[in-house]
Amino acid sequence: MDQLSIAAAESTHAMRQRLGERLFGTATFVAAGLVLALLGGVTVALLVGAWPALAHFRFAFVTREIWNPVTNTFGALAPIYGTLVTSLIAMLIAVPVSFGVALFLTELSPAWLKRPVGVAIELLAAVPSIIFGIWGLFVLAPILQESVQPWLIAHLGPLPSVGSLFRGPPFGIGVLTAGLVLAIMVLPFISSVMRDVFETVPDVLKESGYSLGATTWEVVWYVVVPYSRAGMLGGVMLGLGRALGETMAVTFVIGNAHRISSSLLAPGTTISASIANEFTEAVGELYTSSLIALGVLLFLITFSVIAAARFMLLRLERRALTSV
Amino acid sequence: MRRSLVRKLTNLLALALSTVATLIGLTCLGAILWTLLRSGFAGMSAQLFTQMTPPPGSAGGLLNAIFGSLAMTAIGIAIGAPIGILAGTYLAEYGRESRLATVTRFVNDVLLSAPSIIVGLFVYEVVVVPMGHFSAIAGALALAVIAIPVTVRTTEDMLRLVPQGMKDASTALGAYPWRTITSVVYPAARSGIVTGLLLAIARVSGETAPLLFTALNNQFWSANLAAPIANLPVVIFQFAMSPYQQWQQLAWSGALLITLAILLLSIVARVVVSALQPAQRAG
Repeated sequence: MDQLSIAAAESTHAMRQRLGERLFGTATFVAAGLVLALLGGVTVALLVGAWPALAHFRFAFVTREIWNPVTNTFGALAPIYGTLVTSLIAMLIAVPVSFGVALFLTELSPAWLKRPVGVAIELLAAVPSIIFGIWGLFVLAPILQESVQPWLIAHLGPLPSVGSLFRGPPFGIGVLTAGLVLAIMVLPFISSVMRDVFETVPDVLKESGYSLGATTWEVVWYVVVPYSRAGMLGGVMLGLGRALGETMAVTFVIGNAHRISSSLLAPGTTISASIANEFTEAVGELYTSSLIALGVLLFLITFSVIAAARFMLLRLERRALTSV
Repeated sequence: MRRSLVRKLTNLLALALSTVATLIGLTCLGAILWTLLRSGFAGMSAQLFTQMTPPPGSAGGLLNAIFGSLAMTAIGIAIGAPIGILAGTYLAEYGRESRLATVTRFVNDVLLSAPSIIVGLFVYEVVVVPMGHFSAIAGALALAVIAIPVTVRTTEDMLRLVPQGMKDASTALGAYPWRTITSVVYPAARSGIVTGLLLAIARVSGETAPLLFTALNNQFWSANLAAPIANLPVVIFQFAMSPYQQWQQLAWSGALLITLAILLLSIVARVVVSALQPAQRAG
């Protein structure tokens, strides 16, 4: 090969490389743009779909309890209430239990038990939510109906103020059952985040606590918890985001009744359960549009919770980076 | 003396409560798996894989639903994975700490935890309404939308594990970034990316909510992408809510199939990661 053809080959090679760079770079850029467009698309599509209902009912959509497909009057108060209450019940149960599990896994568990239990919990976080739903319907609801709820009605029902939460017939399915199923579902999720956060606490800090004579609990309460507060809160908020938006685990056991009962034992509905149950059967533009408007509300609620959680976890990551 | 007793008792109580919490948690989760195994295996038979979903009151299987789920998952991943991997590559290699990358990362995190029923509504609005009817392709697109954020996240995390020295060595040889990425970074992070894909498949195959009003359901065999298609999650939902014994039994069997598949995928993903990590640390 003479000098000239070598130079020519080199330049076509360089050209090909430059072309490849431009194509590949653009492709990754476009893909990243698609991710952005996806969120924008979801927002726009939902707003467009919800517009007829929002324009028709205006603000009354979120303040009215009525949900009547026959007269075409729709209000979202009952699903909003159901979503918030079931998630609240789930969090009240799942957060303390998850804290206990995370504490057990990081501080108490013998080394040989740590990995299997940890892995089991992580795997359970991958079990699809529909499994929790059918278990709730076929196993948990009958148990609650036959033993737990009659007891609650008999013993807590007569109490003043608190009692009104536990009155009425034991249906088995209802707001309380949905909250319980949600609690079990988010438990592995919150536990594994909390455990990961606890493990970021430097050993030196914990050892200093022990060297001052602190008990395990005191080290956890005065050293581990303050250090990992932001991360714990982030994990709890992520769990809350899941609970708020969860569809299948709730739809099976909530009873789908569009009303707000003072009793937790009564059937209710959540935003996602209403959409799942009624969407394919909804006739008329206003009905469908009202269900999509429910979706908009759910998106707003979960978006704010998730954004807050991510922000907190991000702050934690930054701190971890600067402290290293 | 008394103070130290109180402290010791508090400690004991707290630790006991923590152990009890772990036991409660594991018992609940164990109970669910046990019911699932017992009720699911009760209906396991060859029929499950050879017959179509039956009308109420007669025996049948889940063949069309299994096929529909596999087909939609495959198409969903085939659409979602390349987009996710490329976007993850952008975040890890091109965008890095730029403003656009930071925003994309945040948006991706929001999509990652957005309720899946919202994705269903979105695809309904942009695919089902224009088409005029429910279809398998709408279902597959909904699954792709769910798979994308998962893949973006894992791809970025895995590419960032590749040592900078390897990339620098490639750059020093005069390679353009795309050459470095395709010939050095991707091979080094291959098992990590595969893990991400497995996790995305696991995540997608249990999703029910987004399929309810995109793919809907179909009682018969259908391989037509433009028509509604049967799929395991929606069949489980409908059959479990029905009053018919045989349908409920099929729902349990279907639930067991899905769970086993997902657990298997997650375990394989885990094994791949743990096989990968020592090598990464050494590098």
